Amino acid sequence: MTKGKIVGLEGSFAVAEAVRMANTDVIAAYPITPQTHIVERLSEMVADGDLDADFICVESEHSAMSACVGASAAGARVFTCSAGQGLELMHEVLYIPSSMRLPVVAVAANRALSAPLSVWCDHSDVMALRDISWIQMFAENNQQAFDLTTCAYRIAEDKDVLFPTMVHIDGFYLSHVIEDMVLPEEEEVAGFIPDYEHPFVLDPDKPVSMGCYGPPFIYPETKKAQEVAFDNTRSKIQAIWDEFGEIFGRHYSPVESYKMDGARIALLTMGSCSETAMLAVDELREAGVDVGLIRLRLWRPFPFNELREAVKELDLLVVLDRAISFGMGGPVCSELKSALYNKREELKIVGFIGGLGGRDIQISEFKYMVTQAQEKVKAIERGEEVETEIIGVREGGGR
Amino acid sequence: MGGEGLGWKDLEIGFVVTEPGNASSYKTGDWRSERPIRENERCIKCGLCYIYCPEACIHEDEEGYFEADLYYCKGCGICAHECPRSVISMVEEKEE
Repeated sequence: MTKGKIVGLEGSFAVAEAVRMANTDVIAAYPITPQTHIVERLSEMVADGDLDADFICVESEHSAMSACVGASAAGARVFTCSAGQGLELMHEVLYIPSSMRLPVVAVAANRALSAPLSVWCDHSDVMALRDISWIQMFAENNQQAFDLTTCAYRIAEDKDVLFPTMVHIDGFYLSHVIEDMVLPEEEEVAGFIPDYEHPFVLDPDKPVSMGCYGPPFIYPETKKAQEVAFDNTRSKIQAIWDEFGEIFGRHYSPVESYKMDGARIALLTMGSCSETAMLAVDELREAGVDVGLIRLRLWRPFPFNELREAVKELDLLVVLDRAISFGMGGPVCSELKSALYNKREELKIVGFIGGLGGRDIQISEFKYMVTQAQEKVKAIERGEEVETEIIGVREGGGR
Repeated sequence: MGGEGLGWKDLEIGFVVTEPGNASSYKTGDWRSERPIRENERCIKCGLCYIYCPEACIHEDEEGYFEADLYYCKGCGICAHECPRSVISMVEEKEE
């Protein structure tokens, strides 16, 4: 197992270290809260000569992703990062590298969307990116931010993958918090992420056309090819995480569980609040409640099989969404219901929404969700309509 | 053009096109709803239609007259509009 050294690093700096150790060729990024420290640190590393990369100072996130597409098409190893409104401005271009199968690596410091203006964390920006055909995963702490960013290069650039890959880190909770973590030896990381060669690069000696016009006679075939290739990345992602685990001693899976032995009820979370949920599970277990925690690590491609396996003994799944799909409810909860439909009739799924725009979710609130979800199941069984509750929201109405 | 019969398994990764310049095989003439008809008796062979054609599909024949290649001509009518002698008129395409 790896040696490495224990350091105290901010989440943003942990990401920057991963980008540096990956020997990234081109960085094109525009600073936006709460991702700013990643860009600042990378810019500093390039200026100081610690990272031999071209740092392209762009005028917007739209340009940042456009520059990434061009650089990746030329065969470079490419990184960018953004958050919230920045990801929204980037949105149009995000579909391009995935359709063109260019292995751009990105980190998103998750942030709520305006209006009202909020720089704080939630997953509204993530949920707006569901269909961009990027491999997407969630980190829960700074160690994972480093590890998953490192793995993102290997995954994206694998010849059987070749899809852009995005690591989600919760804005402020990870991006601005200093935690102790193991920083591996540089040579070991370099060995884990060797140079890669894309089968097609922009080369005057071997001319190809990229990003071509796709008339109706061929467009559906291009999308079918993309969907099949994207679906097929699942086994590679697990294989690369397994290889990482063998070398570095930290193991990752598409769906991870905590205290699920004998659990009849499970909370399901993504991102940094999973650690709070673990503490809630500890307290509930001590109080005799058969509850565990399921953490969604891989968001796209969606881990159907692993999820179905994780819930197969459960009576009740309690899902926390950090975003609203207006007029629909919690987006993750909706997807879970869709993924589990017709699989286990007896499993009840109750969704909550919480942590919007940086509102803290505390241990007591996770415990409340578990208790309240059981009440909601009774109401559902009585045939009552049950609304998706927003945790801790004030009613008011006294005006 | 080639490609109409291709299945998804036939495509290169990322829909990369490996044959340089194959856009020339794409039949843009299908888009045309009007075709240019010429009265060459009044044509002064000035070549303005050739210069203005945005599709670059007009060529000069052996006698110095100009003609549109209907495989590419989209029927935009710019040649007819620019012709100083009004030699070119646009005639509606009909089902054959």
